[in-house]
Amino acid sequence: MLSIRNLHASVEDKQILKGLDLEVKAGEVHAIMGPNGSGKSTLGNVLAGREAYEVTEGEVLLDGKDLLDLSPEDRAREGVFLAFQYPVEIPGVSNINFLKTALNEVRAYKGLPPMEAKEFLSRVKEKQKLVKFDAKLANRSLNEGFSGGEKKRNEIFQLAMLEPKLAILDETDSGLDIDALRIVAGGVNQLRSNDNAFIVITHYQRLLDYIVPDFVHVLYNGRIVRSGTKELALELEEKGYDWIKETVDAEGTV
Amino acid sequence: MSTKDDELLKELALEEYKYGFTTDIEMDIAPKGLSEDTVRLISAKKNEPEWLLEWRLKALRHFLQMEMPAWQNFEHPDVDFQDISYYAAPKAKPKLNSMDEVDPELLSTFEKLGIPLDEQKVLAGVVAVDAVFDSVSVKTTFREKLKEQGVIFCSFGEAVQEHPELVKQYLGSVVPQTDNIYAALNSAVFSDGSFVYIPKGVRCPMELSTYFRINAENTGQFERTLIIADEGAYVSYLEGCTAPMRDENQLHAAVVELIALKDAEIKYSTVQNWYPGDKDGKGGIYNFVTKRGMCKGDNSKISWTQVETGSAITWKYPGVILKGDHSVGEFYSVALTRNRQLADTGTKMIHLGKNTRSKIVSKGISAGVSHNSYRGLVKIGPGAENSRNFTQCDSLLIGDKCGAHTFPYIESRNKTAKLEHEATTSKIGEDQLFYLTQRGIDPEKAVGLIVNGYAKEVLNQLPMEFAVEAQKLLAISLEGSVG
Repeated sequence: MLSIRNLHASVEDKQILKGLDLEVKAGEVHAIMGPNGSGKSTLGNVLAGREAYEVTEGEVLLDGKDLLDLSPEDRAREGVFLAFQYPVEIPGVSNINFLKTALNEVRAYKGLPPMEAKEFLSRVKEKQKLVKFDAKLANRSLNEGFSGGEKKRNEIFQLAMLEPKLAILDETDSGLDIDALRIVAGGVNQLRSNDNAFIVITHYQRLLDYIVPDFVHVLYNGRIVRSGTKELALELEEKGYDWIKETVDAEGTV
Repeated sequence: MSTKDDELLKELALEEYKYGFTTDIEMDIAPKGLSEDTVRLISAKKNEPEWLLEWRLKALRHFLQMEMPAWQNFEHPDVDFQDISYYAAPKAKPKLNSMDEVDPELLSTFEKLGIPLDEQKVLAGVVAVDAVFDSVSVKTTFREKLKEQGVIFCSFGEAVQEHPELVKQYLGSVVPQTDNIYAALNSAVFSDGSFVYIPKGVRCPMELSTYFRINAENTGQFERTLIIADEGAYVSYLEGCTAPMRDENQLHAAVVELIALKDAEIKYSTVQNWYPGDKDGKGGIYNFVTKRGMCKGDNSKISWTQVETGSAITWKYPGVILKGDHSVGEFYSVALTRNRQLADTGTKMIHLGKNTRSKIVSKGISAGVSHNSYRGLVKIGPGAENSRNFTQCDSLLIGDKCGAHTFPYIESRNKTAKLEHEATTSKIGEDQLFYLTQRGIDPEKAVGLIVNGYAKEVLNQLPMEFAVEAQKLLAISLEGSVG
């Protein structure tokens, strides 16, 4: 589904990604781990097309389509969803109105008519349950005055509503207590299917107890330096990131 | 700003003004120039009584002695008062009694503007309309229905003929002739406008609305609106306006006076969309208007809501004189400027009675190279025991070449008064835009959503149908202004 080859990207002329390769197939969950500053969030932002991030080399294909060629909104319409690490507040814009607009823009891109109000509302109800998202929050202004946990749950609620092909969760676990983490992870697990894929960016192994990945990749200094299964995450947890830094630096490959 | 934003900004500049067409119709236009003769001519055309002519002439004498103010936050354009025609009316049949007698050209003009003048075509009759074309009122709908409840809704000219005692009593009682130079000018040469009287205890059964259209070249529009809500009465009044695209500037200097007696309430809403001029600032309307309400009786309330998106220059301060005890004044405003538009607008809340309250919510939005100023006065008189004012004044900037300015004035002569002032300035954030586009929303639509969210508190004050129109207008006015 997603194919990243030799991806180089910089922010304000600072090279962050230095030749990243990744293959993600439908139905898979990939965890990206790594120390602070290794380029994890950059990867999410580059895939979603944030303007400040400049791709200097490499290619990204989503089902064979050149993603880097598309505007952020078209990438979203093609099925790329980024669950933000720090969701912004937009005063006065109701959560529901925003979601309806987004959903219908995606539908229009696919040549579908706007969703019937009744169908939309029943989907809202169903997905709210999935992430235990308070109906009151859905009617409030977008993220305005939400707690950190509520904002993260709102991200997963939107994910559930929009049903993207590829979801990138950018440190969705940060700032969540254990109960909220369980709810968010439970929501993601119910959304997993053979048709979609997830890239779970996280600093800690903890989240992966709840969202069990098929593959774990360690990002360090702008490249994936280790790939494995969920055992790799446990090993990392045990030995710490210094272990990776030391072995990789000793190999002299970066 | 990125190149992509620049491109979008360019597109915005090319965005056409959709009401810019002209109506080709035979007109009766007074020769250019301002003198006693001009005033006499207008008064004679309208078949006015002697007292009103004298009143006009007095105003003209004031006008001629007054000087242009210099405190406003824009350079006052040179207006040659001798180069304007002060009266322009379609050559109509003498008296309009039914739709058949209204010139079809005029009907189609208002139809094009989305203002139905045919009562049959208005769904359920929720809004009564007075349509003003240049200097005259063309048609007032639903008059008969309103009359059943004693509500008078007619053109100002008709009110002078049919209800002279009301006009004489209230004309100039809130905005004196000498209030400012444009109020003096209007008092001398005003042509038409709307008149509303709601009798004691009557809740006006429908929204009343006036639609102003400037069509003729080289003319000014000087309408006069007078609304009186008698004891315990309620009325909601809407005003909309457009003008053709023309290269030269046109002057619009109106006066609106509202009077609320004991326990009465007047809600006045404006959606102003006069031609703003082109992207280089050529043409456009000078919108220099004096609007003021008087809460004359105890427990009365006057509420102004304005959505200002048009005009080359908008210069007005709809205010409320809170004379009655426990009276309430409100001002809700969204002023949007783009390209080279200028706005210096706000309100005046004059607290005179005891326990009077006022609330000001102003939302400025500036894009392009425009400048948007909020100027507000809150004045507490010595007798205004326990008065309260709350002011919230926000500015939103789009792009980095525009300006937002705030000039709040507070004068308090009573120690028991409580005043609060809050102000914010923000920019549409790249992070907000990215958040919305990442969910698949078009960047222009995203700006529209953010701006409408920002203005929501004000838009919520508008009657339903108008709120929808105003939302669309804000979104359209901002098309391409991503930055």
